[in-house]
Amino acid sequence: MNGQPPMDQNIKPGTFDPGQLDVERIRREFPILHRPLPKGLPLVFLDSAASAQKPHSVIDREREVYENFYANAYRGVYQFGARVDEELEGTRARVQQLIGAEEPDEVIFTSGTTMSINLVATAWGRRFLKTGDEILLNPMEHHANLVPWQRVAGDCGAACRYLPLTADGRLDLSRWDEYFSPRTRMVAVTGMSNVLGTINPIREIAQRAHAGGAVLLLDGAQSIPHSPTNVREWNVDFLAFSGHKIYGPSGVGVLYGRRDLLEAMDPFLGGGHMIDRVTLEGSTWAQPPAKFEAGTLPIAQAIALGTAIDFVQGIGFDAIERHEQLLLRYAHAELSKIRGLRIHGPSPEHKGGIVSFTIQDAHPEDLAQLMDRRGVFVRHGHHCTMPLHEWLGVSATVRASFGIYNTPAEVDSLVSAIQFARQKLRLPE
Amino acid sequence: MSLSESMNIEQLIQEFEDLGDWDDQCDYLIDLGRELPKLPDHAKTEEHRVRGCQSNVWLVSEVKAGSPPRLEFIANSDAIIVNGLIAVVTILYSGRTPQEILEIDPRQVFARLGLERHLSSQRRNGLFGMVERIRHLANEAAANSTAK
Repeated sequence: MNGQPPMDQNIKPGTFDPGQLDVERIRREFPILHRPLPKGLPLVFLDSAASAQKPHSVIDREREVYENFYANAYRGVYQFGARVDEELEGTRARVQQLIGAEEPDEVIFTSGTTMSINLVATAWGRRFLKTGDEILLNPMEHHANLVPWQRVAGDCGAACRYLPLTADGRLDLSRWDEYFSPRTRMVAVTGMSNVLGTINPIREIAQRAHAGGAVLLLDGAQSIPHSPTNVREWNVDFLAFSGHKIYGPSGVGVLYGRRDLLEAMDPFLGGGHMIDRVTLEGSTWAQPPAKFEAGTLPIAQAIALGTAIDFVQGIGFDAIERHEQLLLRYAHAELSKIRGLRIHGPSPEHKGGIVSFTIQDAHPEDLAQLMDRRGVFVRHGHHCTMPLHEWLGVSATVRASFGIYNTPAEVDSLVSAIQFARQKLRLPE
Repeated sequence: MSLSESMNIEQLIQEFEDLGDWDDQCDYLIDLGRELPKLPDHAKTEEHRVRGCQSNVWLVSEVKAGSPPRLEFIANSDAIIVNGLIAVVTILYSGRTPQEILEIDPRQVFARLGLERHLSSQRRNGLFGMVERIRHLANEAAANSTAK
């Protein structure tokens, strides 16, 4: 992580310099943040880890496609068809540059992280996993990075193994050798836990996986919007992420795959555009990325994803990381003062802008619903990580997650909404 | 006797109308939830768990012998606002005959209370999960009483 700010328990809103990030200017780009809620309350949106809000440029871009040059992709030679192809390739090139891929053809458009991981689990897994092989996972993974592996393991006679976590919710790499075996073929790991906020040392994990001959898949759904990613420098073999968490449209996502792996894998979905030649006797496949892009793509969404990437890169990850770290540290400091509140996960230096917590004698569902009445939007539940919650020993947590548009004053609103909920639930002062 | 045991559904609908505002209605649900009769821990089994609820909900019924029999329901959740909704459901259904239970149109009642408008679809699913269980238990009780 770049530019670690000093730890300061006494940060107050307005008293620190959020780096080069002018949060008020950024907020002006997001129309939804300026619509007051019923009763005139301002919106305090703290659920960007589930899905981020969209800037004007992304919204306008999607509309522009439909209003000016919409057509299906990779089909028509007419002007709109050619324009759509060109715009999609523009996004592909932006993604390539964002993640440091060798070439744009290693970037596949999908519907999102879930589809990307399912694609690898199916198209790579069924091809290469044999009876007795192992997949190394861990308890902090999102269901999207657990269930597809459990399914393919079941089908192929392979086994899922789970690297344990340290007491504070980080991967316990000291126990790697107990769980990584000569039969481990795949290591699938998140860049950042969607509950604990833990940032995992991907470069080191990739090195360990490759040293043992395994392939590494990085679930970048949470990490991509908040910090730089470089698949070549980190030696990541597969990377999955979603457009909607990086301020882009929903319905579009990305799978990056190393070219040789993409070539060796089977296709995932069969259909239009993914073929080389089809006869009634059988078919042959197109080269990647077309091989994995059967059917009509989310066209306008994929084009606007390129705009979202421009938006984020225009701000710069240095400024984003610095801003979100300051929010995180301020939130940790303030939330820790609340009676009965427990933050789950490591200390801020090991995590991104996510604070998941429980409060003694209060159900997360009640807390989230009461906080909503103060205009503070947080998520509650198991956040698609039931094994992690089992490990935490709680059935649910409340999660506040930060994006580039959040402010220290919103952390204060979070705190007062929690106090409001505590009071409504008649918890002791 | 708790708030929910001393009230019928028309009185509850009147109370909701008087409160008018969802915030106040929500506070009232919290009050109802806090006073809900407690289900003993040994009854909180998988068999009694209601599917479709985000938080855990356990529901048991007791058949009061008679002709026809009447059903009492006790349910608990680990979330207080859900306990408030459970109170609404028990006010609506407890002490009724199977026939009466099956004739109730819960959608209409929840609409009059404004719950349809204020609850998320997940909460509504949970609410109807409870209704479904109650109707199932009423069907069972009706079948048992005709079999005798």
